[in-house]
Amino acid sequence: TSEGPQVIPSYSSSAMSEAVVPDAMVSPAVGGPYGEKASGPGVDFSYVGIDAILEQMRRKAMKQGFELNIMVVGQSGLGKSTLMNTLFKSKVSRKSVQATAQEKIPKTIEIKSISHDIEEKGVRMKLTVIDTPGFGDQINNENCWRPIMKFINDQYEAYLQEEININRKKRIPDSRVHCCIYFIPPTGHCLRPLDVEFMRRLSKVVNIVPVIAKADTLTLEERDFFKKKIREELRANGIDVYPQKEFDEDAEDRMINEKIREMIPFAVVGSDQEYQVNGRRLLGRKTKWGTIEVENIAHCEFAYLRDLLIRTHMQNIKDITSSIHYEMYRVRRLNENNTVVAHANGMPEHHLAAHEM
Amino acid sequence: FCVTLGEGARAVPLAGHVGFDSMPDQLVNKSVNHGFCFNILCVGETGLGKSTLMDTLFNTKFEGEPTQHNQPGVTLKSNTYELQESNVRLKLTVVNTVGFGDQINKEDSYKSIVEFIDAQFEAYLQEELKIKRTLHSYHDTRIHACLYFIAPTGHSLKSLDLVTMKKLDSKVNIIPIVAKSDAISKSELAKFKIKITSELVSNGVQIYQFPTDDESVAEINSTMNSHLPFAVVGSTEEVKIGNKMVKARQYPWGTVQVENENHCDFVKLREMLIRVNMEDLREQTHTRHYELYRRCKLEEMGFKDTDPDSKPFSLQETYEAKRNEFMGELQKKEEEMRQMFVQRVKEKEAELKEAEKELHEKFDRLKKLHQDEKKKVEDKRKSLDDELNMFKQKKTAAELLQNQAQQAGGSTTLKRDKERKK
Repeated sequence: TSEGPQVIPSYSSSAMSEAVVPDAMVSPAVGGPYGEKASGPGVDFSYVGIDAILEQMRRKAMKQGFELNIMVVGQSGLGKSTLMNTLFKSKVSRKSVQATAQEKIPKTIEIKSISHDIEEKGVRMKLTVIDTPGFGDQINNENCWRPIMKFINDQYEAYLQEEININRKKRIPDSRVHCCIYFIPPTGHCLRPLDVEFMRRLSKVVNIVPVIAKADTLTLEERDFFKKKIREELRANGIDVYPQKEFDEDAEDRMINEKIREMIPFAVVGSDQEYQVNGRRLLGRKTKWGTIEVENIAHCEFAYLRDLLIRTHMQNIKDITSSIHYEMYRVRRLNENNTVVAHANGMPEHHLAAHEM
Repeated sequence: FCVTLGEGARAVPLAGHVGFDSMPDQLVNKSVNHGFCFNILCVGETGLGKSTLMDTLFNTKFEGEPTQHNQPGVTLKSNTYELQESNVRLKLTVVNTVGFGDQINKEDSYKSIVEFIDAQFEAYLQEELKIKRTLHSYHDTRIHACLYFIAPTGHSLKSLDLVTMKKLDSKVNIIPIVAKSDAISKSELAKFKIKITSELVSNGVQIYQFPTDDESVAEINSTMNSHLPFAVVGSTEEVKIGNKMVKARQYPWGTVQVENENHCDFVKLREMLIRVNMEDLREQTHTRHYELYRRCKLEEMGFKDTDPDSKPFSLQETYEAKRNEFMGELQKKEEEMRQMFVQRVKEKEAELKEAEKELHEKFDRLKKLHQDEKKKVEDKRKSLDDELNMFKQKKTAAELLQNQAQQAGGSTTLKRDKERKK
């Protein structure tokens, strides 16, 4: 293997093998944990081991665990809790209106944040689901986006406070909302003014993933029509939902994200009940006219949502939150006129209005 | 509006495969796309084989000529290289201390090293404090590992070594190594290592400990910790041993093989520095050394952590105030400089005027001189002309007289001749 001055050749297995030379010991025979290549006579001595850093990072990540904060927003009865539970295959969200409880729909919007530690194949995650019961349920829903906006900004504020401390924690606890799933009722026509208003304002501070809730009430044609209409309206109102076009990093990213942008909003159905279908136990909703399989992409787009949020774009969602939304908040805050009295946990109304768009 | 927070997270079992076990992969992929940064500082006297060791470690020939021994002070030379192995791109920066140990008076040798390390922390801190910042694309130049090269005397650490390491141990991860260790025999080496370690301990020097908290690497790391300082030999030349080409140094009495663990600790160093702990070195630099620097710097600048109910941005305010103060100072300085400049200009102008006046005077003098001369010459010429005229006149008069005389003389001769004839 010829070696140039500044380039290390990739590890090649056609090394200088054959008999083990007496008195020449190869690198210690330790296996996998840090990406050590197989020891023994086949070792290529031009291998430096830089790529072992990937394994080191993986180890560190496994040890530290991950955090994810998801907010769900939508009127009651759209299946928000169920969807969360379906996504994470466990009771991470308690339904706000229980069948038996005497709970009424709250008169104001509440923000309820519940955290769970979940673990899968050694990967630990602290999942926080932020529920917003009462959103859109009043007769007069003016400014119902305000408390949600405030909550999101409060989390940015808390992070900023810790970040500018002199003695700060090694790992700043991250309570910032990484993703806000907005539930669109399956009217089949178009977005309502409330939807547009909310998404227009919030898409500027948080990643919004709009979904069509309870999509089992729409036929496929109605669904496609609805989706197209929604996309048009989003475009017409200048609403950038996740994945935002302007944050595509390179051509590869753009390609993948374009495909996603052509499919959103995902039409989802949630369920925490399993049924027997064709000899398999599947999550679904059983009706008299058939069983809707939640994870069947012919039935609904739950699987796409799950893949986007969890399996492929989770890190990206967190990155956009921290390096774009949070940074924008920070710039705004640091540019503010400091003579205006700003309390740590809230700004006077006029100030709030001035910064919300 | 009411906010209720769950009281701490509860562990919840999953009823099926969710898929977030891909998170480490997502994180790693992002890092791969982004590339990595690693910065090594090599401290040691000239001629201890620092550059050769770097070449050997990274299997490549970094540029550079061996330095001379006549440097007036210690300077730090930094070079950045882009290396790639499979899909991992590494931006490696190697910083060398040029001239370390060469001066007669080495009291200040450590200073430029400390200044350099601090400067990298400062650059990062400045970026972090910026309003519009781009931390994720910032090229991190902070030193992640400091390889301290100990001369293979076989006796003990030099006082320069102790002093330098003591100054550096709270700023950077120090990994001490015995350089050119093929100069020491095995038994001497063992004694040397023990002496070094005990001297470091008794002087309170904190060297980098390979981490033992993660069970997958705890064992190997703790074993390696006991082998410090690593006795290394570097070589980029290859020698044929058996039927293999290996990196080695060839002597008449034998060949020292770099990658032979019986011959030296090079493999251990490579293992620890690159293959096992590179990420930990980066992390320690960021979470320990940098945080310490930041804390000290901010406290020095006069910031204090605010208590929970005071205004949140006193850091920013004080920063602004300090900035204004600084700008004020700057303006004052600028004003002073301007004044000085104006003064100087005035002076220079006066000087020039003076010079101009002198020149004019000189010119006038010369002109007058010239005129005088000219007049003199004119006068002379006139008088010469007059003389000439007079001469001409005289000449003409004389010629006339001569002519008349000749004629008169001629007729007289004729008369005489006639009288003779009679």
